[in-house]
Amino acid sequence: MAVLSEEQEMLRNMARDWATKESPVSEFRKVRAAGQPQAYNADAYAAMAEMGWVGIIIPEAHGGSDFGFLSAGLVIEELGKTLTASPLVATIIAASAILLGGSDAQKAKWLPRLASGETVATLAVDEGAHCDPSAIETSVSGGKLTGKKAFVHEAHGASLFVVAAKDGLYLVEKGDGVSLTTRKLTDQRSHADIQFAGAAAEKLEGGGDSLLGDVLDRARVLSVAEMLGMAQAVFDTTLDYLKQRVQFNQVLATFQALQHRMADLFADLTQMRSAVEAGLQAVDSGFGVARAATIAKAEANRVLHAISNQGIQLHGGIGMTDEFNVGFYLKRARVLEASWGSSSYLRDRFARLSGY
Amino acid sequence: MPTQLESDVQTSEDAFRTEVRQFLATNFPDELKGTGNMMAGLDGPTDENPVQKKWREAVGGRGWGTPTWPKEYGGGGLTKGQARIIEHEFAKVGAYNPIGGMGVMMFGPTLLEYGDERQKLEHIPPICRGEIRWCQGYSEPNAGSDLANLQTFAVDKGDHYLINGQKTWTSGGQWADKCFAIVRTDRSDKHKGISFMLIDMDAPGVEVRPITMISGTSPFCETFFTDVKVPKENLVGKEGQGWTIGKRLLQHERTNISGGGRLAGMMGQSLGDIAKKYCETGGDGALVNKVLRDKIADLEIRWNSFLLTARRAVEESKAQGGVSEISSVLKKVGTKLAQDRSELLIEIRGFQGLGWEGDEFGNDELEDVRGWLFGKAATIYGGSTEVQNNIIAKRVLGMLDHQ
Ligand SMILES: Cc1cc2nc3c(=O)[nH]c(=O)nc-3n(C[C@H](O)[C@H](O)[C@H](O)COP(=O)(O)OP(=O)(O)OC[C@H]3O[C@@H](n4cnc5c(N)ncnc54)[C@H](O)[C@@H]3O)c2cc1C
Repeated sequence: MAVLSEEQEMLRNMARDWATKESPVSEFRKVRAAGQPQAYNADAYAAMAEMGWVGIIIPEAHGGSDFGFLSAGLVIEELGKTLTASPLVATIIAASAILLGGSDAQKAKWLPRLASGETVATLAVDEGAHCDPSAIETSVSGGKLTGKKAFVHEAHGASLFVVAAKDGLYLVEKGDGVSLTTRKLTDQRSHADIQFAGAAAEKLEGGGDSLLGDVLDRARVLSVAEMLGMAQAVFDTTLDYLKQRVQFNQVLATFQALQHRMADLFADLTQMRSAVEAGLQAVDSGFGVARAATIAKAEANRVLHAISNQGIQLHGGIGMTDEFNVGFYLKRARVLEASWGSSSYLRDRFARLSGY
Repeated sequence: MPTQLESDVQTSEDAFRTEVRQFLATNFPDELKGTGNMMAGLDGPTDENPVQKKWREAVGGRGWGTPTWPKEYGGGGLTKGQARIIEHEFAKVGAYNPIGGMGVMMFGPTLLEYGDERQKLEHIPPICRGEIRWCQGYSEPNAGSDLANLQTFAVDKGDHYLINGQKTWTSGGQWADKCFAIVRTDRSDKHKGISFMLIDMDAPGVEVRPITMISGTSPFCETFFTDVKVPKENLVGKEGQGWTIGKRLLQHERTNISGGGRLAGMMGQSLGDIAKKYCETGGDGALVNKVLRDKIADLEIRWNSFLLTARRAVEESKAQGGVSEISSVLKKVGTKLAQDRSELLIEIRGFQGLGWEGDEFGNDELEDVRGWLFGKAATIYGGSTEVQNNIIAKRVLGMLDHQ
């Protein structure tokens, strides 16, 4: 854990408390059972906004709490531990795009609505099944945006989309010319393909040529905070289980083969935490963001992948049941691994950033 | 606004920085720029030339090679902040710290904690001046990971002990002046029968036989003790306290092996840059062999998060005022990554990266081959990776403290 300020520690404790009491994994089960396409509890999201979490990177002048990315990461990590289903991360990512590229008027119009929870927003970049910001066909003419976006997170709850077109990022409101096709993914959260047919669009004029890349890096560091919480939760649950389960007249935790596997995963988790926190801190400091975000997401993908697999294996048969939570983490893990860059995509990007 | 206290600290640090710079300008000879500390060399000491000697004496005389050790024993008596300033300023002008070796890394800190006044006054100042080389007499043929199984025995002869037995893997034993050793003084208790003693390597009955390693050098030895007399004043702590003291020393050893800085130095140049010299690149400057490129990126990403982890360990332990939990993984992760890097370097260079000797190979190529081989030891000594895993599982994860 990075060394935190008193304020940050309070924030983290508050989030931990709320997640354990108000949003344990049983809440996600309820959301799943309800079967609504938006896949979150609106009251819970309103409570998060109330606590200042949605506006966590938004300046106070625009109704936010302005704590910064590391603080956002602390909250998101705690919510990740209990698989809290909400459009929090999606909306913060969208807010970061408006902060970087929006005009004063756009900021004044949208940021307070995002912070208050009134408007849910999400980023729509990819047009196929992979992260590929270089393959965008969506175009805009005369203020009308046309194109297709694939597997957009939290699309059902969102009323504002930050959409990548060939020549930059645009704000599009849900309404005429915007149609959703639900895509049910293994994590059973909200995803949809979106057809934009001449939808009214307003460009984010600021932020320069690197705007899309910069926003994607923010999406990465925020998503990996959720992944970190998930990895920590699976690790802790698995360790507890090994200390309780008796076979061959001894608790499993006494078997050296399992001890060493847990020691390896502990080392991996330690590496992941360092990379994730450094990614968030890089955005706060504005220094070396692309590289730090790439390292953070690559490490998060690698480690969560391993831990989510071992979480099942080390629980034995019970890990395979729907009744037990560890499988939920596996399924959400793969969706997040594919978001904003798979492991191979990120290694390619790291090599490019390093000049080989 | 800084507080008065903060600004006082700032002013005194600025003054100290100036002092260090003046010292370097006066004492550090240009011709030593970028050369290394030969006391830390793996191949043993080369003869010290007069220029090197003068530099060692200048630094040692002020205690700046061991900056935070107490002044009364020859250390610098400085704060950690001042020690960092010395490190920075030395690095800036390419100056090495001429004071090093096991005396500095492991034995000194342990003796400062457990030694009596007379022992400290006798042994610490020569370490600070870089005059005495120490070696570590721990491992024996039947006491490796299970170190407490050691059998070298010291019989009480009134005013001295008489030691018989064998140590092995004694790094630098053939060049050392003295040996800090753990030996058995009581056979009835595995751990409480161990004592910590200081042995002169030129005492009658000490015999050293160098062992050749897979890397071709002989940096370690078998050490035999036959009726070696050790005066009673060379017992550190009490009889039977050797296991406690010996383990404390191992903590210092591990911290040194995994200290991010040292490993970071070992990693040297970016593998991607090296690969561009040996392998085909396309018009965009990227490596054409995408599989190799992917492996390099994977390793460098993991290496970067290791460096971040090492930094986090330092920050956390500073904030908490104790050793951070994460330091338990640094040794195992850092040594493994360094080994992986050496292997990948061979794949990048092909046969050119497997040279044993000959002018057709560059110095860096030959050194990296020896380094690859020597590097295999890093996951064995200082507590092997498997032993580290046992420690993490039991002490950090509580995998035996249950029910
Ligand atoms: C280059 C080098 C320099 C050294 N310098 C010194 C020195 O200066 N002074 C000194 O005293 N010693 C020195 N050593 C010795 C070193 O400390 C020992 O090699 C080390 O403690 C391991 O002991 P061992 O070689 O007997 O291996 P063993 O203990 O026999 O281990 C063999 C294998 O079994 C594994 N193993 C052992 N116990 C367990 C367990 N409980 N659970 C799971 N796996 C286990 C080990 O990890 C290892 O892989 C040096 C070693 C090397 C390689």
